[in-house]
Amino acid sequence: MAYVVQRPELTLKEKAYLPSIVSGLKITFGHFKKMLKGETKVTMQYPEEKWDAELPEYYRGAPTLVKDEHDRERCVACQLCEFICPPRAITITPEEIPADSRFAKVEKRPAEFKIDMIRCIYCGMCEEVCPEQAIYLRKDYAINGVTREEMVHDKKKLYELGGVFKGLVHKWNPEK
Amino acid sequence: MISLLASIPWEMLIWSLAKAVFVIFLVVLPLVSYTVYAERRVSAAIQDRVGPNRTGFPTSLLGFKKDLQLFLGGLGQPVADALKFILKEDFTPGGVKQFYFWLAPCLAMLPLVSLAFIPFGSSFLGEKMVIADVNVSVLGVFAVTGCGVYAIVLAGWASNSKYPFLGGIRSSSQMIAYELSMGLSIIPVLMLFGGMKLSDLVQYQADNGWLLLPLWGGGLSAERWLMLLPLAISFIVFTISVFAETNRLPFDMPESETELVAGYHTEYSSMKFALFFLGEYAAMIVGSSLIVVFFFGGWSLPFIPDGQGHAAAFFQNIFGDFYALLPDWLWGIANITVFFGKVALVLVFFIWVRWTLPRFRFDQLMKIGWLYLFEIALVNIFLTAAILAFTK
Repeated sequence: MAYVVQRPELTLKEKAYLPSIVSGLKITFGHFKKMLKGETKVTMQYPEEKWDAELPEYYRGAPTLVKDEHDRERCVACQLCEFICPPRAITITPEEIPADSRFAKVEKRPAEFKIDMIRCIYCGMCEEVCPEQAIYLRKDYAINGVTREEMVHDKKKLYELGGVFKGLVHKWNPEK
Repeated sequence: MISLLASIPWEMLIWSLAKAVFVIFLVVLPLVSYTVYAERRVSAAIQDRVGPNRTGFPTSLLGFKKDLQLFLGGLGQPVADALKFILKEDFTPGGVKQFYFWLAPCLAMLPLVSLAFIPFGSSFLGEKMVIADVNVSVLGVFAVTGCGVYAIVLAGWASNSKYPFLGGIRSSSQMIAYELSMGLSIIPVLMLFGGMKLSDLVQYQADNGWLLLPLWGGGLSAERWLMLLPLAISFIVFTISVFAETNRLPFDMPESETELVAGYHTEYSSMKFALFFLGEYAAMIVGSSLIVVFFFGGWSLPFIPDGQGHAAAFFQNIFGDFYALLPDWLWGIANITVFFGKVALVLVFFIWVRWTLPRFRFDQLMKIGWLYLFEIALVNIFLTAAILAFTK
């Protein structure tokens, strides 16, 4: 069935059109003035202003490896994170800890630990799955490089970013 | 041979050349590029955004640690835009009509020619600040701006593509519709002034009050105050027609991105596109200078004297001694500054309107042009004639 659209009755002022243009101009000028006065909230000017101080505790930035208070690599190269990683960004080469080492009892450690930051999706599954609490997502988010090789974080870089976590880290603590 | 050389008016030639170079290269082209920048910043402010505010020299491309921030905020943006346009690939699609395809962007810069007739200052070192001070400069301006449609029509036709073609057709019908009301709307001004020489019109306004602000000299007569009504009408009609003539939004039918991709310049790239872009803004500058010359007293501000140190009688009596203190050429420069300052204000108004109003539908546009503006302008002429006959 045909549907008849009821057109609204326009007043003379509306028909004349120019008054509505003037009121439109007033509105846009209001926005313009607010911007000039600095009252409008605008985008953060990124490289100059940063949000780092307001990053939440649970922020998931770049994954990193941590050492414990005895300067031992927490990672025991069990490769669980490598297997769970959805985009397969992690590559671990395990090696045996030599018998003369102080930590020989731990048996294994990663000879090389690579995370391809082009692949990483910052999901945090590696952190969740790690039985040794060795891998953590920290707050670094500006990961950049000129070549693909630069974007692969190796063991040295990962420990550099991660630093030392002392004692037992309560990773399942909901407050964390 | 020597007599031939002597017969050439060297002084006039050199002055004309100097004025042309000054107006085109030192004032209008920078004004064009900074109008584009202003357009982006003002539109951003109106839409609660920031806009381009950080154009510097990319020294980091050359291996330095940081970009060099040469310019304050984004003031380098026009330079960056120009560089981008020059360095882009100039692509000519297959199937276009080569000659006209190349001719159209050249014609797009034609509105610049009509700047020759516009008095942009009073006088400087005794020389009148208008490139071609002809007696029928009003006609000259309209003749040249009327040619502006050729660029769009040729571009639309030569592109051999449907969207540019539609844009070209729309443009030609729109231009014809609004050219009429534009020409007719200005007739009351010419009737009141009784001449067609723009430089004299401005001088008349400097002495007797601007046409829309008759507050000094002969402007205080009853005739001029009665004339305010038809002049206000012709100002409104003229301004609307200038918007339509320069294809600015609410009237940018030839471009109308939402319907025609980019309208008449869909097939153009790099510098050829930039020429259309610049031509559009040059036409805007010509249109704003016409509004300023016809209705807002051109280069005159009542308390600033002209290049000979003469202000309107009222101000001359009060500040006459002060005017004599400063050299006349300084006042000449002040007049030029005042003119382009006024033009800049009108340009800001153009931008402001663009970011306020949505586009008309094509039938609405034609209806406004033919049924309202044309008739109003016609009736306005008779109204003016009645007022003039009544008061004189």
